Amino acid sequence: MSTTLITEDHAAPVNTEQLAREKREKLLSWLMPVVTLSTAVALWEWVVWYYAIPKYLIPAPSLIAQTLIKDGPSLMVSAWFTVKLTFFSLSLAIIGGVLLGALFALSRPIEMSLFPFAVILQVTPVVAIAPLILIYVDSTFAALLICAWIVAFFPILSGTVIGLRSADHNLRDLFTLYRATPWQRLRYLLAPSALPQFMSALKVAGGLSLIGAVVAEFVAGAAGQNTGLASRIIESSFRSEIPRMFAALVLVSMLGIAIFALTTWASRRVLGHWHESEIRREH
Amino acid sequence: MNPAIIQMDRVSRRFGKMVLAVDKMTLSINAGEFVSFLGPSGCGKSTALKMIAGLLPVTAGTITITPSKEKSEQDLAFVFQEPTLMPWATVFNNVYLPLRLAGVSRSEAMPRVKAAIAEVGLSRFATSYPRELSGGMKMRVSIARALVTRPRILLMDEPFAALDEMTRSKLNNDVVRLAKDYGLTVIFVTHSVFEAVYLSTRVIVMAARPGRVAADLALETAWPRNEDWRVSPAFSIEARRVSATLKGTLHVDDIDH
Repeated sequence: MSTTLITEDHAAPVNTEQLAREKREKLLSWLMPVVTLSTAVALWEWVVWYYAIPKYLIPAPSLIAQTLIKDGPSLMVSAWFTVKLTFFSLSLAIIGGVLLGALFALSRPIEMSLFPFAVILQVTPVVAIAPLILIYVDSTFAALLICAWIVAFFPILSGTVIGLRSADHNLRDLFTLYRATPWQRLRYLLAPSALPQFMSALKVAGGLSLIGAVVAEFVAGAAGQNTGLASRIIESSFRSEIPRMFAALVLVSMLGIAIFALTTWASRRVLGHWHESEIRREH
Repeated sequence: MNPAIIQMDRVSRRFGKMVLAVDKMTLSINAGEFVSFLGPSGCGKSTALKMIAGLLPVTAGTITITPSKEKSEQDLAFVFQEPTLMPWATVFNNVYLPLRLAGVSRSEAMPRVKAAIAEVGLSRFATSYPRELSGGMKMRVSIARALVTRPRILLMDEPFAALDEMTRSKLNNDVVRLAKDYGLTVIFVTHSVFEAVYLSTRVIVMAARPGRVAADLALETAWPRNEDWRVSPAFSIEARRVSATLKGTLHVDDIDH
């Protein structure tokens, strides 16, 4: 038997096809959504023009854009109100959810006694509680805030609790072996283990806080100076200002998209270097 | 004569009412010994190891570990079957963990952590994350973490069971070298006769249902051994002797068909 050691070192031929395919895929990943979206908008514009659909039924995208510019200043004030409401309620949901979640994870008795309340809050539709809250709470903003908070709070709470409990059992044993203090255990083991669950809960809660803010305003039917986009939509519908309704709607969905993009970015920042869900595979 | 460092006196462990995982296990292990717990699955070898580590309470009996004269953050280290690394932390931070938990500052720990990582040959990977490493490399990190506190006792729970043959044999040699250099007392849980015979100065053969010590075999061949011995007739003879003892302890239904 003879053994041959292969030592020659030629430059291997580069797989140009593979490189080209990767480049193409990268281009398509943003080109495709842009093309389909533009086509859909163009089609909409054409249908409205071709069938001469009146603007109080379905306004053309161009008209919506004009309305956005014309009513921009007043709509922006409302949008800012909704943004404040959404982010304020999301922040409070994060603070409350994380604190209570940590408490639940640390103590079974506390969890057993308080969990029913959290579930009741979650399963009762916010639309049904909102009128009561509006009666009991003086400030409209505070009432709206409470409604939006109720909706966004639960995902954060359950995400935090499940996350804190998901730490690897052997790692827990390791921390026991090295006599870690409860604080060290939380800081170096439980909190990092909880991050993936927490980040996915945050994505859900981000969207829900906007829904909560809009729904609460619908129920409140608030009118006047300090009101958000939902009030603008109701108000326009009363006056049959359909283009204005669409314009407000566009702003709401843009806000939703911005929240989604923000939470996705945050998740990638926090988990990107280690967690399976955010690691980009090389094909 | 080396004094006993670990003493188990009629140690039992029950899980629920029915399962007696370990039954009246009595054993004395001397400083510097490399002891393997060898047995079929369910013989209580891992349970015994966890009780020695203090990770599982005993149901009855006592385990005494002679206190160390020298000061160390951690006298007893444990290597799990899986590497058990924190996926969010770099190799450096994983190895630093035991010292961090003991309150040693990063700058103070730096040279010791680096030395431990170098000891297992991973200096180039100090800033890598576990997912970037192979199974064998992760296990090396786990060993570096165990050694960083300079323990006297190293407990290993089937650490190389999931690794391929080449990696396993390389890590076997590394562990023996480290055990010798550090003057460690090692308890190594395994279900491989060959691994037990190659590594140990003493093999404790355990039997199942209930888990107990079936035989206590001393291996006379000079230790540490080298790769040549692994393929020598002497190795085969020892392996056959241990294997025969092990077979004698098995129930018919312990053997997979």
